[in-house]
Amino acid sequence: MASYLILQKILKTGFVSEPAPQADPALRTREQALHAVILKVFGQAVAIRHVDAGSCNGCELEIHSLNGPHYNIDGLGVKFSASPRHVDVLLVTGPVSRHMEAALKRAYEAIPDPKWVVAMGECACTGGMFGESYASCGKISNVIPVDVEVPGCPPTPTALLQGILAAVSKGAPNADD
Amino acid sequence: MKIGDHEWRLDPIGPHIWRGRVETGQLLALSRAVKDEGGQLVALWGSDDRHLNGGFGIHVALLTGLGLAWVSCALPTELPAYPDLAHIFPQADRMQRAAFDLLGITATDAVDERKWLRHNAWAADEFPLRKDFSPLTAHRLPLPEVDAYPFIRVQGDGVHEIAVGPIHAGTIEPGHFRFSIIGDRILKLEARLGYTHKGIEKRFEGMDIATGARLAGRVSGDSHSAYAWAYCMAVEMATASAVPERALWLRALFLEIERIANHLGDLGYLGNDVALAFGFVQFWRLKEDWLRMSAKLFGHRYLFDRITPGGVATDIDAAGQAELDALASRIEIEVRELKAIYDEHATLQDRFADTGICKPELAAQLGLTGLAGRASAQAWDARTQFPQAPYDQLDVNMATQRRGDVLARAEVRFAEVYESLRLIRGILKRLPAGGIHAPLQPVQAVCEGLGWVESWRGEVVVAVRIAADGTLDRVHPHDPSWQNWPLVEVGVLDNIVADFPLINKSFNLSYSGPDL
Ligand code: SF4
Repeated sequence: MASYLILQKILKTGFVSEPAPQADPALRTREQALHAVILKVFGQAVAIRHVDAGSCNGCELEIHSLNGPHYNIDGLGVKFSASPRHVDVLLVTGPVSRHMEAALKRAYEAIPDPKWVVAMGECACTGGMFGESYASCGKISNVIPVDVEVPGCPPTPTALLQGILAAVSKGAPNADD
Repeated sequence: MKIGDHEWRLDPIGPHIWRGRVETGQLLALSRAVKDEGGQLVALWGSDDRHLNGGFGIHVALLTGLGLAWVSCALPTELPAYPDLAHIFPQADRMQRAAFDLLGITATDAVDERKWLRHNAWAADEFPLRKDFSPLTAHRLPLPEVDAYPFIRVQGDGVHEIAVGPIHAGTIEPGHFRFSIIGDRILKLEARLGYTHKGIEKRFEGMDIATGARLAGRVSGDSHSAYAWAYCMAVEMATASAVPERALWLRALFLEIERIANHLGDLGYLGNDVALAFGFVQFWRLKEDWLRMSAKLFGHRYLFDRITPGGVATDIDAAGQAELDALASRIEIEVRELKAIYDEHATLQDRFADTGICKPELAAQLGLTGLAGRASAQAWDARTQFPQAPYDQLDVNMATQRRGDVLARAEVRFAEVYESLRLIRGILKRLPAGGIHAPLQPVQAVCEGLGWVESWRGEVVVAVRIAADGTLDRVHPHDPSWQNWPLVEVGVLDNIVADFPLINKSFNLSYSGPDL
């Protein structure tokens, strides 16, 4: 009975996935050596590890949304992974609380080279409302190197996807195409 | 206010909200009287009042038969201490430990004196919420690498520990869980939180009132409207400012939109956690439609910064009302279809039922609150019993269950989705005309207020003290997760480790909220 209802609902729902947005190279904050060469080999298949370094949990809501059916990230070759050992991209949210500083650094070190860091949200880009204090190190780049910064509070799933694609697409406009 | 046989000097400062000061020596008697009546401790926090009257303060928010009582005691500057309340209200334990970490005020004779919010970012003899704490000195200190914390050990043949976190496998907030297990069964779980402590309460100090609303809404982003409203209620009470009626109705609209968004997401994840990916995809499709509607009508997917001191920032027109009403009707039909599938799905029912049980008696004893509380027969919902405007005109139906398991928490979510959709349609029909914002009355002297809002997770309380110059002097935002985390630890006992993610998700508690 449940299977019948499920199939019926799936058929009724149809496809809701939308075309992917373009990478937004303007979100890039640095270019790494070998970037283009590596990407020629790997294309755009990319594995991501997310670390909440002290966010308000608003940014996490949009990461969950990105995994929903409208965005079809699997179809783009983008996958979230449980272990930092398996990934290319570290996606970090929040300001870095001082209590997460050590864990964030360790997660970063655990990712094999080459790796890219995407800072997601106002807090991650600037420290946001929480700033720097006795308990907060402020923005992510105060603690680990950052490649792409996606502003917004929280950034929409589309903006986030543009940032992730910017991290792993070839160079800045005109850089090496 | 009469509690037990005693008349306590508490005065009403808002609908169902009371304020009073007692001697430290009376705090125990008052707490016992509240407990004997079937009440609860909702929040406990401290304050540095030395710049005002030469001492410290300890504050409790108690849920009584007549509403929420905010009671304070003055403590001396030297060795500030108050009697331990955790032996009456176990939920006070972590709040007391946090009050010590942040202010150096002690709960005398408390059983558990371990640190709570403090890891390694400041020293044991530094207290960040004291006004003379120098954040700059602390900030420059290099952090000690290791943060020792004495977990409670379970010993015996075949017992071993699994340590999880602070970083978890999925996209969730950071926290550490220490499981003691035998085979696959959980004998004990102890959580260690505080990883996302980012100094929010200190940050409020000296901030202007308008910016404070933005910060309050970011204490726990998934409960943004609840926090922003509770904060605004508190500053409006403090400054004796009136809010236009239409603005209050729009705040309720935002709060119910937020409740539905979170419940839809959780219902999807609960399906996902029992390998029904279909449930995740369907509910997140509906949630996405819901969020896009918020973005289109109100300018933000999560309604951030739409509630402001004195009113709201966004109105809705007739076309918007019709659109929202139509979407609410469609979502209701679809959720009912999905509920029929969840009801019929044997694996899902099998995994949900009798998993992660919090029995009603235990829930009452430990103070389980909010949606999880209602799933364990704790029939409290501030919107129903102690409604603030406009809920006093909305007749909210409370959803309750007695089983206290994952299934019960899912059922409460379903019931609350339907009820919130009904409320939204009612609000849209009856939305009063008029302005949506009025400026606050100017601040003349030190003043205080308290806001109390039933968020989707449970009651959010925000206490505010404003300095004579109109800046914020002390703000304490309280998240319902404070009370409920210890119940997750109890609910997983005797379950298998593999069911932990499901049980945890069925509570879906905030880390950022209580970490502050
Ligand atoms: S950017 Fe906004 S949503 Fe993201 S963590 Fe910071 S305050 Fe929360």
